[in-house]
Amino acid sequence: MISIKNVSKWYGNFQVLTDCTTEVKKGEVVVVCGPSGSGKSTLIKTVNALEPFQKGDIIVDGISIADPKTNLPKLRSRVGMVFQHFELFPHLTITDNLAIAQQKVLGRTREEALDKGLKLLDRVGLKAHAAKFPGQLSGGQQQRVAIARALAMDPIVMLFDEPTSALDPEMVNEVLDVMVQLAQEGMTMMCVTHEMGFARKVASRVIFMDKGKIEEDCSKEEFFGQPRGERAQQFLSKILQH
Amino acid sequence: MNFDFAAVANSADFLWQGFQYSLSLTAFATCFGILFGTLLAMARLSSIKPLNMLASTYVNLFRSVPLLLVIFWFYILVPLISGVQVGAEKSAYITFAIFEAAYFCEIIRAGIQSIPKGQVAAGYAMGFTYGQNMRFVILPQAFRNVVPLLLTQTIILFQDTSLVYVVGATDLLGAASKVASRDYIPVEMYVSVAVIYFIVSFTLSRLVKRLHAKIAVIR
Repeated sequence: MISIKNVSKWYGNFQVLTDCTTEVKKGEVVVVCGPSGSGKSTLIKTVNALEPFQKGDIIVDGISIADPKTNLPKLRSRVGMVFQHFELFPHLTITDNLAIAQQKVLGRTREEALDKGLKLLDRVGLKAHAAKFPGQLSGGQQQRVAIARALAMDPIVMLFDEPTSALDPEMVNEVLDVMVQLAQEGMTMMCVTHEMGFARKVASRVIFMDKGKIEEDCSKEEFFGQPRGERAQQFLSKILQH
Repeated sequence: MNFDFAAVANSADFLWQGFQYSLSLTAFATCFGILFGTLLAMARLSSIKPLNMLASTYVNLFRSVPLLLVIFWFYILVPLISGVQVGAEKSAYITFAIFEAAYFCEIIRAGIQSIPKGQVAAGYAMGFTYGQNMRFVILPQAFRNVVPLLLTQTIILFQDTSLVYVVGATDLLGAASKVASRDYIPVEMYVSVAVIYFIVSFTLSRLVKRLHAKIAVIR
């Protein structure tokens, strides 16, 4: 589904990604973790070309991101993305947030878009909030709407970029619940997250990044068991301490 | 000292005509200015170098010359280039539209730049093209952020339209000055139009203030 091949990226002289190679197969849930500044967010953003890269290539469902002839908007419309800060459109109601891209990008009618959007809103448990504006919802609620908004496009894969790290602790679970459910339904997912409980529960594989390099890329059993690289051990011992 | 304000009322029709012209000039320059200004702002923020430079040059040029000079310029230039005597009133429409676009551009550019990067990324992530992202995500938010500034600029524009008097156009001030010298009632005339300019501008600026408070609440 997603094949990342030798991707390298520089900001000026500073290399943020070094020769990253990995794969996400259909139906897999791949969790990407690592210390801050390790390039994990940058890596996930390269998958739908929100971050350009200078070397290597990424193939999403057979389509090359590096190929200048690729229709990027079209490709992105098939890849769902959920951001750390939700990024709902604040000037639109929840309903319109759910419907606008379905109508303008996929060409669905208003009725189809509303039908689909409201069903998904119901699924994330927020049907009562359809007429509200994003600013009137809590962070956890906004993030669930953001997931519904991405799902409304019928994506072939979902990308999550630290979906819970901007949330108050009490709201983390409501978002993780939706993600777990999604994973159990067989959605292909790539998640940058520090939620190791989530990784333990649903991940097919865990990728550990450090200083722009993929240091570990293995099954979750392997990752949470022994043996593994020193950096990953340090990282795990730090975040699993409490 | 004897003032004859009744004489002002005698020429109310003519003043009204001038006032209407001032308003229509303001409205036209605002609409065109915002429209063209938006395109200029997008060009200024574009990664396409020549487009960027062209827009910057345009904006810097018009923001660096006095409006009065530009009014003269176009009054003389337009008939020279087109070969048609368009008259002071029509040439002023062109002048103000072109001149104000430079100012509106800077306001709208600030509005676009006030939109967080995450919003832009989210729009693209939904599959929007550049144009769609501008139309549905960035510009609506950008305009909402700068509505008070746009209206303030419009108030300034309304006052500045009085400058067309120097090329003999019959705007509010132009009409007043013509009546003033015909009937020899300069004090009455100039006081009267000052009051009109004040009422319109002051009312509008109070509205802007209230709007500003309202927008701040929404945000």
